[in-house]
Amino acid sequence: MPAVKDYFRSLLLGELLKGMKLTGRYLFSRKITVQYPEEKTPQSPRFRGHHALRRYPNGEERCIACKLCEAVCPAVAITIESEQRADGTRRTTRYDIDLTKCIFCGFCEESCPVDAIVETRFFEYHGEQRGDLIVTKEKLLAMGDRFEQEIAADRAQDAMYR
Amino acid sequence: MISPDMVTIEVDGKSLQARKGAMLIEVTDAADIYVPRFCYHKKLTIAANCRMCLVEVEKAPKPLPACATPIMDGMKVWTRSPRAQEAQKSTMEFLLINHPLDCPICDQGGECELQDLAMGYGAGISRYSEGKRVVQDKNVGALIQTDMTRCIHCTRCVRFGDEVAGVRELGATGRGEDMQIGTYIEQALVSELSGNVIDLCPVGALTSKPFRYTARAWELRQREGIAPHDSIGSNLYLHVSDNRVRRVVPRENEAINEVWLSDRDRYSYLGLYSPDRLTAPMIRTDGGWREVDWDAALDFAAAGLRAAVDKHGAGQLGALTSATATTEECYLLQKLLRGLGSNNIDHRLLHSDFKDQDRAPLYPGLGQSLAELERRDAVLLIGSNVRKEQPLANHRLRKTAQRGAFIAVINPVDFDFNYTIGAKLIVRPARMVAALAGIAKALVGGSKKSVEPKVVDMLASVKVEDTQRAIAKRLKASAAPTVLLGNLAATHPCASSLGELTAVVSDLCGAKLGYLAEHANTCGAWIAGAVPHRGPFGQPIAQPGLHAQAMLDPGLRAYVLLGIEPELDCCRPAQAMHALRNAECVVSLSAYRTPRIEAYGHAMLPVAIYAENTGTLVNASGEWQAFGAVVPPPGESRPAWKVLRVLGNRLGLAGFDYASTDEIEKDLRAGDAGAGAVARGESDLSLDGHAAAELDLIPYVPAYRVDPLVRRATALQQTPDAGDRRLHINPRVARRFDLAEGANVRLQNGEEAVELSVTLDVRVPDDCVLIYTAQPAFETLDAGTAPLSLQRL
Repeated sequence: MPAVKDYFRSLLLGELLKGMKLTGRYLFSRKITVQYPEEKTPQSPRFRGHHALRRYPNGEERCIACKLCEAVCPAVAITIESEQRADGTRRTTRYDIDLTKCIFCGFCEESCPVDAIVETRFFEYHGEQRGDLIVTKEKLLAMGDRFEQEIAADRAQDAMYR
Repeated sequence: MISPDMVTIEVDGKSLQARKGAMLIEVTDAADIYVPRFCYHKKLTIAANCRMCLVEVEKAPKPLPACATPIMDGMKVWTRSPRAQEAQKSTMEFLLINHPLDCPICDQGGECELQDLAMGYGAGISRYSEGKRVVQDKNVGALIQTDMTRCIHCTRCVRFGDEVAGVRELGATGRGEDMQIGTYIEQALVSELSGNVIDLCPVGALTSKPFRYTARAWELRQREGIAPHDSIGSNLYLHVSDNRVRRVVPRENEAINEVWLSDRDRYSYLGLYSPDRLTAPMIRTDGGWREVDWDAALDFAAAGLRAAVDKHGAGQLGALTSATATTEECYLLQKLLRGLGSNNIDHRLLHSDFKDQDRAPLYPGLGQSLAELERRDAVLLIGSNVRKEQPLANHRLRKTAQRGAFIAVINPVDFDFNYTIGAKLIVRPARMVAALAGIAKALVGGSKKSVEPKVVDMLASVKVEDTQRAIAKRLKASAAPTVLLGNLAATHPCASSLGELTAVVSDLCGAKLGYLAEHANTCGAWIAGAVPHRGPFGQPIAQPGLHAQAMLDPGLRAYVLLGIEPELDCCRPAQAMHALRNAECVVSLSAYRTPRIEAYGHAMLPVAIYAENTGTLVNASGEWQAFGAVVPPPGESRPAWKVLRVLGNRLGLAGFDYASTDEIEKDLRAGDAGAGAVARGESDLSLDGHAAAELDLIPYVPAYRVDPLVRRATALQQTPDAGDRRLHINPRVARRFDLAEGANVRLQNGEEAVELSVTLDVRVPDDCVLIYTAQPAFETLDAGTAPLSLQRL
């Protein structure tokens, strides 16, 4: 009996019509394709993109070289060297993130006791040469300066959940 | 059968037996039951002020502190019961009220006892919303960093100063919340053991200053090592990250350093990273110094040595080695020299009297274990500032002194001791032999032992003073006396007379005769045969070579130097420099590149030292302690044993095919024929001290200038034990020369003179001047070569 049923179904192009029906539905529904890069998808304030090192409003860098991010990083992408700065405070002399290793898990951001290392919404970056994706402290601080307003707004929005 | 002084208690349902009167925490520690604590430390007295170790005890109305509760038979204890835990948690809450939340920037973070216990016993949220206590940090010198806000008042550091270091440097002022730990008056900690408070501090209040903020605890790899400075051979851990030694902490060894480490051993690693490290082999040709590869450098060195030997004979080749070089290095160096036909090898660079070298034992050891030192009831120290030179031997002596032992000293300077000295003879160096002879005579007087008539004759003219008689009396009455010869006795101009007399004295009172060997491997160098008159393990040498002094005066044609800076390490630096400058070939195996080597050397071969090296050190009690490399040496540097091995091959010598230091050690040990096999010459006692001049110069090598490594440990160089550049003179003598504190004088020694300022120092006896040598300022001053005179400028 099932064999006879299958025979008529294929003879009357039942499968084809079913497929056409789906195609037809998508043909007339609202389009969700985004014309990247002219258009962009919306981002969550928790978006985890390129890293940045933040500063306090008075311009002092936040990072105190506690190395918790380095310890927690599952991809071992962070390298920090520290020393006592002339004013006696604990500071980094080197803060490198290897973005080719980074898996953007956000643990560094989560472990940071002073909200110094953050992941910004910025994700459109590339490297042309070997080593371009190893970002140094200077570059990270520059990222922080560039996106500070956005970073601060995102943290404020997320504060009640943290 | 339980012995009567044992009792049985029950802890957490487990039955334990322990010594009656023991504290509960000792019993639980021995049974591996953990009770949290901060103030308790097994080597310190019990303070019971942190209250963290509260446990529940049956029939006790309140929880009791385990550290201060003696056990009683049938006692029932619960360490983890709800009541005990509640007490511990409450204590923790109190402790955390004032403790800052700065773990991320605290160097103790990750290895902090408070942090660990807060994880186990702390509440997640503080109920305390008031302001936290803030305490001003104290500046306590270049070694220790303070962050006193973090202090939890356990008073371990205070008790350490009182009980172990023997100097009350830190104390508590104020009460309750206002209590502060500090020095009261701002001053640096100067104890030679001060660094131990870093390990004792359970929080980050006291941390290492040179280490500050350079690494976190979890990044460091812990590697075993042996301390390279004093003859104690303290066991230590090197904490390494990124192939760099970041800090050094003690490794517990009850037989050697207990749980302590001297500051010199703790901070000398800084010298590894001195900017003047030599990183590539260099040779001097007509065009000056240039870097070459190892092949060329070794060929050059071998050719130079070979040419000198062929031209002038093997007798014109000499080797001077540091007594901090490993036993294997000393063994290879003497093998190299003897392979070339020369016996001119020595490590005793600071010695000036070698007359008794044939009568010396196999090695100048303590003659007893370090622990035995604690059980002596009378000690005679001759020419020793043991507190600074062998701090952990001093710690043992301090313990025996506190138990009531009688300690006497004969010293040319009234050094400071941190225990009661029963009797002291502070005499000018020229009188030291006489001072000791007085004791010998007093002992001969009432001795039943037969004394050689020769000795009696010799002592006939000696006058005995009351102090000497008293010392002799105490030594004789003692059941376990010991006589110890220190650095200043070994380097004394009449060291042989002192040594012979000491043997007589110790024989007469039945004392153990011990040497507090000067360097980390003095004993190993003797055993390895780095002496001109004996081979490895004291094998007799038919034609003894020249000792260190004779090699430099008038000088040889070729030298091999191992790990030394002759301008600072030799007792007559000007003479040494003169001899080296006139040599045709000087091959220096050095870790550092100095202008001096550049002036006299022909080849500089960079070698690994300390943590970069592999080898064995023999300590004063004869312990062979092997250690391995924990960090790679910088640049092209290689361990000296490898350099000597290849140099041996290039010189065409047989038996230089070692693949490891173990093989070298095995080869060396194969020559061990037992200590009895050492041929020791007949005693040849004489009392002729050196002629007393108008002024005696006491050249003293301060504790932090003893070898090239420690001289480059920047933090240690900022402490008083690195010595000053002044002329120490006592006020009476100063009056005679009409000198006041700070006056400038010219110290004339023969042709050479140095200008320096005077400091009045009551420790120096009459007719003496004391200078701290092993400093560049005194490079031209050869003690004992010419009459000394003083001119006011």
